[in-house]
Amino acid sequence: MTTSTSTVAPPAVETRHVPVRPPRRQGWLRRLPLLPALVFVVVVTQIPFLLTVWYSLQSWNLLHPGTKHFVGLRNYRTIFSDSIFRTAIGNTLLFTVAPVILSIVIGTCIALLLDRRVFGRGVLRTLIISPFLVMPAAAALVWKFTILDPVFGMLNYVLKPFGVHHVDWINTHSQATIITVLTWQWTPFMVLIVLAGLQSQSQDILEAARVDGAGAFRIFRSLTLPHLRPYLELGILLGSIYIVQAFDAIFMITSGGPGQKTTNLPYYIYEVAFRAFDIGRASAMGVVVVIATIVIATLALRLVSSLFSDEGMHR
Amino acid sequence: MRRAGRTVAGNRSGLSTRLVLGLITWIIVLIFFFPVFWMALTGFKHEQDAATDPPHFLFKPTLDSYSGVWDRGLRSYLEHSITITVISTLIVITLALPAAYALSIRPIRKWRDASFFFISTKMLPIVGAIIPVYVIVKNLHLLDHQLALIILYTAMNLPIAVWMLRSFLLEVPAEVIEAAQVDGAGVLRQLRSIIMPIVRPGLAATALICFIFAWNEFFLAVNLTTVNAGTVPIFLVSFVAPEGQFWAHLCAAATVACLPVLLAGWAAQDKLVRGLSMGAVK
Repeated sequence: MTTSTSTVAPPAVETRHVPVRPPRRQGWLRRLPLLPALVFVVVVTQIPFLLTVWYSLQSWNLLHPGTKHFVGLRNYRTIFSDSIFRTAIGNTLLFTVAPVILSIVIGTCIALLLDRRVFGRGVLRTLIISPFLVMPAAAALVWKFTILDPVFGMLNYVLKPFGVHHVDWINTHSQATIITVLTWQWTPFMVLIVLAGLQSQSQDILEAARVDGAGAFRIFRSLTLPHLRPYLELGILLGSIYIVQAFDAIFMITSGGPGQKTTNLPYYIYEVAFRAFDIGRASAMGVVVVIATIVIATLALRLVSSLFSDEGMHR
Repeated sequence: MRRAGRTVAGNRSGLSTRLVLGLITWIIVLIFFFPVFWMALTGFKHEQDAATDPPHFLFKPTLDSYSGVWDRGLRSYLEHSITITVISTLIVITLALPAAYALSIRPIRKWRDASFFFISTKMLPIVGAIIPVYVIVKNLHLLDHQLALIILYTAMNLPIAVWMLRSFLLEVPAEVIEAAQVDGAGVLRQLRSIIMPIVRPGLAATALICFIFAWNEFFLAVNLTTVNAGTVPIFLVSFVAPEGQFWAHLCAAATVACLPVLLAGWAAQDKLVRGLSMGAVK
């Protein structure tokens, strides 16, 4: 390469970063480009987390100014004896695990179908990603009224031949409603990830297996599925990180109800902080959520840390 | 391509399976797409056609609902959304490109730790920070002010942009940069004449991803803004419990809210998975 400086070599197929060792004195110069982004993220995202811990040790209600004082761990005792908080924990698990599992299963099926030669593949791909792109708050309202309305909703109209009459889905099946909308929204995400995995599979190996007489199911089980594993893990990890924070659909469709049936932690914290203005108690809940997330994310990340290697996963 | 029917019978059953599977694929995809289609369609209805039993598929289209929501103030919310997302995306790219450079082309020591720090900030749920953020924004008198969302959306998207850009920069062939260095090209010239042309598509895709996330964001917007800086989803909140007939108006507003991101997402389709996986899947 050093001899042919004027001609550009054909782009290398594999990626790698330049293996230059930085001389010590240049260290800060090298770090300089990183600093603005790093400082920005630390100031805006990390300092609030530390403040949340501090706030959680205070008795502090914005509706009673001047009464703020240090109470130690009292807020934590309050929230753990709060039955709504425990309900919200359960609902958060339900509204994370169920949509993640459903969307990864349905998404894998759709990806397998789309990976075949099918008429209009480009159009199908464009259509299937749309539920993920539309604004979740807008989609939630469209579902709430035009699809799930007990009188004029599309779902009841479609199910009428099957003997379903004017079911008030949102009130009688509130949890299933939230799970359905979240699954609908996140399935395309899983399709994209699994499809990327399928398209990175070596065609030669599949062909060889076929020549050896392996059936389609056998090929899927012993070749495709192991190959897809890191992609599935990545989909589950990223899906969980985002879906655990689900708020838009709950706010728009059920407002956490009926009762507390669809109140998850983000929604409950929102209610305590911005309806009751109980800063101390809401902060304590925030701290619990963050600790739980760190524990779960650390375990999950260790599991899939190989995915974020330099090489990435190639098509 | 995938199917290797070796006998005539195998071929025939192969063809019919393919047709059936193709049909199933279309049906499933159309079911998933239906709410989006129905939203767009209902937006063009008169209110008396919007909520009917049975639903009307054929009707006289109208733009009444669009002009209706426009007059009800959608316009100013749209302006806030555009200002906030565009400015925050520009800041994100300005900050993320040098950072990604320091983590890929000329990696600093401990670049791995720095990279994982960025990604770890995305794992912390926003509810863990919202209360201090609200108090700080309130004390700075920035409640219902566009600047607050610009800063927060920038911080929200920076980690994604750094990781995504880094994955694009890693694709710049090492030999090309070495060659430029041997030629005596300085860092700025390398950036301008070698790195930028190669990563420009990646830069565009990164910007689109950041735009999509910022445009659709709701939690921060609903807690920190109302009328003066409210983004489009805040306008939609007025439809949560409205009175009278409103479905056509709702769907018109929702279509306007979704259209920019749908177009951006369709345009960035082949890079979408890379952005969503923060560069892990290429």
